[in-house]
Amino acid sequence: MALVSRITRSRTAAALASPHGVDHYLSRINPMWAAHEVRARVVGVRRETDTPGAPVATLTLQPTATWRGHRAGQYVQVGLDLPGSARRMTRCFSISSPASGAGEEITLTIRSHADGQVSKYLVDAQPGQVLHLSQAQGDFTLPVSPATPGIDPLLFITGGSGITPAMSMLRTLLRDGYDGRAGRPVTFLHHARSAADQIYADELARIAADDNDVTVHLRHGDAVFNELELRRLVPGHRDTDTWACGPAGMIDLVRAAYADSPRLRLELFKPPSTGTDTAEGDLVFSGSGEQVTNSGASILEQAEAAGLSPVFGCRMGICFSCTTRKAEGTVRNVLSGTESSVPDEDIQICVSAPVGDCVVDL
Amino acid sequence: MKPHLTPQQLEEFGNEMDALRQRVLADLGEDDAAYIREVVRRQQQLEVLGRALFYLPPAWPLAVAALSASKILENMEIGHNVMHGQYDWMGDPHLSSRVYEWDNVCPSEQWKYSHNYIHHTFTNILGKDRDIGYGILRMDEDQEWHPYYLGNPVYALLLMVFFEWGVAMHDLEVENIVKGTRRLEENKALHAGIMRKVRRQAVKDYVLFPALTGPLFPLTLAGNAAANLVRNVWAFNIIFCGHFPAGAETFSTEECEDETRGHWYYRQVLGSANISGGPLFHVMSGNLSHQIEHHLFPDLPARRYPQIAPEVREICERYGIAYTTGPLRRQLASVARKICRLALPARASTQPDEPVAVRRPQAA
Repeated sequence: MALVSRITRSRTAAALASPHGVDHYLSRINPMWAAHEVRARVVGVRRETDTPGAPVATLTLQPTATWRGHRAGQYVQVGLDLPGSARRMTRCFSISSPASGAGEEITLTIRSHADGQVSKYLVDAQPGQVLHLSQAQGDFTLPVSPATPGIDPLLFITGGSGITPAMSMLRTLLRDGYDGRAGRPVTFLHHARSAADQIYADELARIAADDNDVTVHLRHGDAVFNELELRRLVPGHRDTDTWACGPAGMIDLVRAAYADSPRLRLELFKPPSTGTDTAEGDLVFSGSGEQVTNSGASILEQAEAAGLSPVFGCRMGICFSCTTRKAEGTVRNVLSGTESSVPDEDIQICVSAPVGDCVVDL
Repeated sequence: MKPHLTPQQLEEFGNEMDALRQRVLADLGEDDAAYIREVVRRQQQLEVLGRALFYLPPAWPLAVAALSASKILENMEIGHNVMHGQYDWMGDPHLSSRVYEWDNVCPSEQWKYSHNYIHHTFTNILGKDRDIGYGILRMDEDQEWHPYYLGNPVYALLLMVFFEWGVAMHDLEVENIVKGTRRLEENKALHAGIMRKVRRQAVKDYVLFPALTGPLFPLTLAGNAAANLVRNVWAFNIIFCGHFPAGAETFSTEECEDETRGHWYYRQVLGSANISGGPLFHVMSGNLSHQIEHHLFPDLPARRYPQIAPEVREICERYGIAYTTGPLRRQLASVARKICRLALPARASTQPDEPVAVRRPQAA
């Protein structure tokens, strides 16, 4: 196998397969053969909750041998060719299983959204289906290994589906031999909309009951974690290494509770942006760190006004020289008037104007 | 040439073209995706077949034919069109204009600049569109004659044989360096890119694949060279028929200052020419046989051009805008005549080599 993979990954193979690439030919023979790309076969689907309109399922994925593994807390981009649609959809999901090694199985826990084509499809996925994956990405991770534990306590604060990266970290600790003797208490706080919406309820109950120095606090309904409660549950929370992930409202509360403490690490859900015709919101250029108030002009013009000099050609939407990745937000094509909210899509910045908040890689 | 339409007529013409474009955009979907994937599949089959047939020496001509067809399909219907962003909407990284690197010695990155931007924006504007003569040939009366151009037919022949190399050199703007309007240092970055791509292409076609056939090395090498040659000749002819037969117009920089959208469409129609033919011919030409539709809507999937051509033609006729088209042999003859005629200085009275019907716009 090692020899085969060395051959398929060689520059010689790439030259012979050009212009299409070795993977294009390999995947024609077997969808699970890859030299560079990562794909994954769904090998298991388990319902976590059955809330009408927003059920949650955990998919077990067997990635191709090209998967390099992940650190607990990282996410992966999932690309999906929906049946009946010519467009490949790409969405990001945190990995919920413990840290993985090269080629090892992972799990994704996905909540179906009413208007989320991809999440709806994945929650009802069938074993055998093959998805496109990116390698694991993201810095919202647990830096220390349980093999060399620090002495500082750990705190996870999550809401809704934001539980997944924290669960990956907690599962990694427990799998790798973490126990109460490490003298390093772990507090796991999670808020769900209702008891019926609680993901991993059984596993969390088991973890809470075990003698492992992990404290689990679950809240349902209106009982969100505010500063007062944080102070009561975790004295000195501002000086505790904390990972928080969840919806914007919850993150705002947590942020306020931590002031500017460097101990707090955040991962935000991307807020759904609403399309309106009036210019509002902020345009963020993630590459340069610049941010401007959306003036309604094209992204190219707004970038230039902010002092950036992006590559451009015709400035009329025909030559594609200015194509840039839009990370999040909605843009309107000024020629066709169509709006697009797909995250991580390539847009022509000379004919795209932001609608509301927007982040582009410039 | 100056538009014979009033600004208002130009605007209405532009609106009709915009509406047509919107209709096609709204209709893009599964069929377009299935089509391009099918073309890629067929092209890969032809390539594998061609490469395999080189192991059977008596099948050498068949091998060359299959590989030539594969290279033509790849350069024209796949590479050219994918790099125009025609399939970017599919979100498939393999068919994305940002990453596709075609089977040609000209690096995609440089080609996208000189072709998608310069040529498609400044189509047939003398002094701006460097595709007019590729900086080598005299292709328009308004290019000043020089004794150098006596070699016009010879240069054209050489450009045809070495077309992919001509395309790669195109971006270096050698003629502008000779003229002194471009400094040699500006080419440094381009050189590296071209050399990298040249090495890749040469290693693949002239070292690796021949070596894989062992003792048949020289035959395979010759076969690959022949396939590249066939592709070059074909591409050159299709492309030269797209802009230079009788009827295709050129424009001056002054005419195109502060151009409106309607005027831009108008120039794209008049600066291009179609080639009539059957469905297979259109596919093998990357649908550049519908050069007019391609220049109006370079980012629409090319398979749509034959579908919309009758409507484009009807709109053009209503506005009295000449829509140049003809069978391949006629367009080729017209281009060849032009190449030869322009080798010589302008005669006292220049006659267009074919009578061109001048249509006037209908009363508004």
